[in-house]
Amino acid sequence: MSVHSGRDPQNDSATALEIDDLTVAYNSKPAIWDIDLRVPEGVLMAVIGPNGAGKSTLIKAALKLIPRAAGTVQFYGQPYEHVRGLVGYVPQRGSVDWDFPTTVLDVVSMGLYGRLGWIRRPGQSERESAMHALEQVGMQDFADRQISQLSGGQQQRTFLARALVQDARFYLMDEPFAAVDAVTERAIITILRQLRARGKTVVVVHHDLQTAPEYFDWVTLLNVEIVATGPIATTFTPENLRRTYGGRVAYLHEGQRIAGLEEE
Amino acid sequence: MPKPNTSNRRIWLLITATAIIAALFIPFSQLVLHVQYDYTLRTVALGGALLGIVSGVLGCFAVLRRQSLLGDALSHAALPGVAIAFLLAGRDLALLLIGAGVTSWLGVWFIRLVTGTTRIKQDAAMGIVLAAWFAAGIALLVYIQARPDASQAGLDTFIFGQAAAIIERDVRLIASVGAVSFIVLALFWKEFKLITFDPEFAGANGFRVNLLSMTLSTLIVVAIVLGLQLAGVILMVGMLIASGIAARQWTNQLGQMVILSAVFGAFAGGAGAIVSAVDADIPTGPLIVVVAFLLVALSLGFAPGRGLVWTLLRQRSDRRRFAAQTILEDLYHYALDHGRADLPAPEPFLLGVRGATAREGLRQLLARGHVQRSNGAWMLTPAGIEAATRDDRNHQLWSLYRQYADDLNLPVIAEDRQQDIADALPPESVAKLEYKLDTIRNAATNAVTKN
Repeated sequence: MSVHSGRDPQNDSATALEIDDLTVAYNSKPAIWDIDLRVPEGVLMAVIGPNGAGKSTLIKAALKLIPRAAGTVQFYGQPYEHVRGLVGYVPQRGSVDWDFPTTVLDVVSMGLYGRLGWIRRPGQSERESAMHALEQVGMQDFADRQISQLSGGQQQRTFLARALVQDARFYLMDEPFAAVDAVTERAIITILRQLRARGKTVVVVHHDLQTAPEYFDWVTLLNVEIVATGPIATTFTPENLRRTYGGRVAYLHEGQRIAGLEEE
Repeated sequence: MPKPNTSNRRIWLLITATAIIAALFIPFSQLVLHVQYDYTLRTVALGGALLGIVSGVLGCFAVLRRQSLLGDALSHAALPGVAIAFLLAGRDLALLLIGAGVTSWLGVWFIRLVTGTTRIKQDAAMGIVLAAWFAAGIALLVYIQARPDASQAGLDTFIFGQAAAIIERDVRLIASVGAVSFIVLALFWKEFKLITFDPEFAGANGFRVNLLSMTLSTLIVVAIVLGLQLAGVILMVGMLIASGIAARQWTNQLGQMVILSAVFGAFAGGAGAIVSAVDADIPTGPLIVVVAFLLVALSLGFAPGRGLVWTLLRQRSDRRRFAAQTILEDLYHYALDHGRADLPAPEPFLLGVRGATAREGLRQLLARGHVQRSNGAWMLTPAGIEAATRDDRNHQLWSLYRQYADDLNLPVIAEDRQQDIADALPPESVAKLEYKLDTIRNAATNAVTKN
């Protein structure tokens, strides 16, 4: 780790997520290669990189949803199986069939299934927790709505509510800002900031370089390997972006927010 | 959007109606079709109905997991099992069915293995299992039939199914095995729902997705194997998925879908078996599937919310409502632009600008008493002016909401201008927007007066 400025993950705060030597391969082609990553507790971190950089793979491998070729992942110093209750997950919205016959409230209740464990059914108190989570994302009026009637942004907020109801300490979100309307984007970023204010750690796969410095305080630049990781102010630099994206980063000139890119 | 309680009532009405039709079908079949309710037919009809329930319930999951074709592959894959079991152990139904279950289950396992470890897609894997297993079954069956052994007679009923083959013991088997699979389903209801909707999330929350998925597939195999005698390996998929597809059209809740699918399945299984008893040469399996398909067709046509008829009606009512709204706005703005809200607009102008929409809209507005005609022109009535003013104000408030929601610290909601903003936002938020609107209007008026 080369970046030391502002907050130092090793001294300032505890490590929430620690990944060592993680490699994942699909058909003998590595999707992510030898990842070493420390996420300090309490940061709002973006995982940024081009298509096919392995951003989703990194998250899924951390949750053991896909087999690892090598490496270890620890949340709060323990393997994931021991601390599932501390980790909330928001999959990509497109990963499920939104014509499934169920209601918004029911989907949000699914966030409590892990805590309920096998066989036990959700009851009144679970319904109340789910309603509370829906209020947080501004969807309380949609509780009884069939999920196929939701807009893309409402689907995303439903997924977010399902993660909130888990009341985790660490959140992993896969592209929550992908193809949502402005209202939803605002609602999501408000919630992410609230989570950080409550001391939660949030890791978000993000694709919009324009908004990244505004939304996040920590960043990991990924392209199969880790290019850089650290506080956004010192890590989200033109050199690092070029090392991540190659020459393709040029399109960023429009609506410039990244200082110093013009001179490059 | 129907409220949940009305949709609940609808489901129970539908279930009751189906049950009544099913009950009336028995005297109908006696009087009109001259069906004789002897012991055999009662057994067959009961067996068909029970089987319809079991396959209807489990078939819902095959449909929702997009595994309808898997069901087809599995039932074809059962045939070699029947033949092998006969060659090894002779003609004992329980053993034949166990053989069917084993090869069918091997089929599932092989499909999962191929799709999990190679680049072959699921449809190709299912296609190859379906063809290969069925081919092996046919080859073995032809070989068995060529043997000088009387006990093989009727083994080929497993291909198309045969009602007369069902005896009381089979009905008891269907009932008890079905009951066991329902208990498993009820115990792991929450888990099965979760892995069907979002397997990734289920995995992240510590549920054994592969195990659950395999259990669900096994239950589906059980339903298929139970139905082989009646429906046959080729048509069993119809029994499995048809009632689930029909039920899905009527409800948006998994629990209701499963119950309704059971009712539909019972009806199709029972009625199909009874009709096939009209003549000994009518095969049962095909008739059950035809009845099930009729239920699907009726549901696709008439189910509220999703059905074709419903969609057409809704489109027409939307068209009328939008036309009325557009013409109301046109009249209001035309009149205001010319000085007063109750000034008439010439009909050729409205028709020229909007064409058919104007005719439709004026018809709707006239029916509501919002417009009146005078000398080839249309003008708003007092009620029309009130409605137009209300619409206009609502529209402006929504525009302000879009611009100032952040500044005024309003709750984040989805914009829907067809809705009255007072129904979408709490009163204090609406008050803030109205205050903002009045401020802007006053500023505009002041600017005009100063000039």
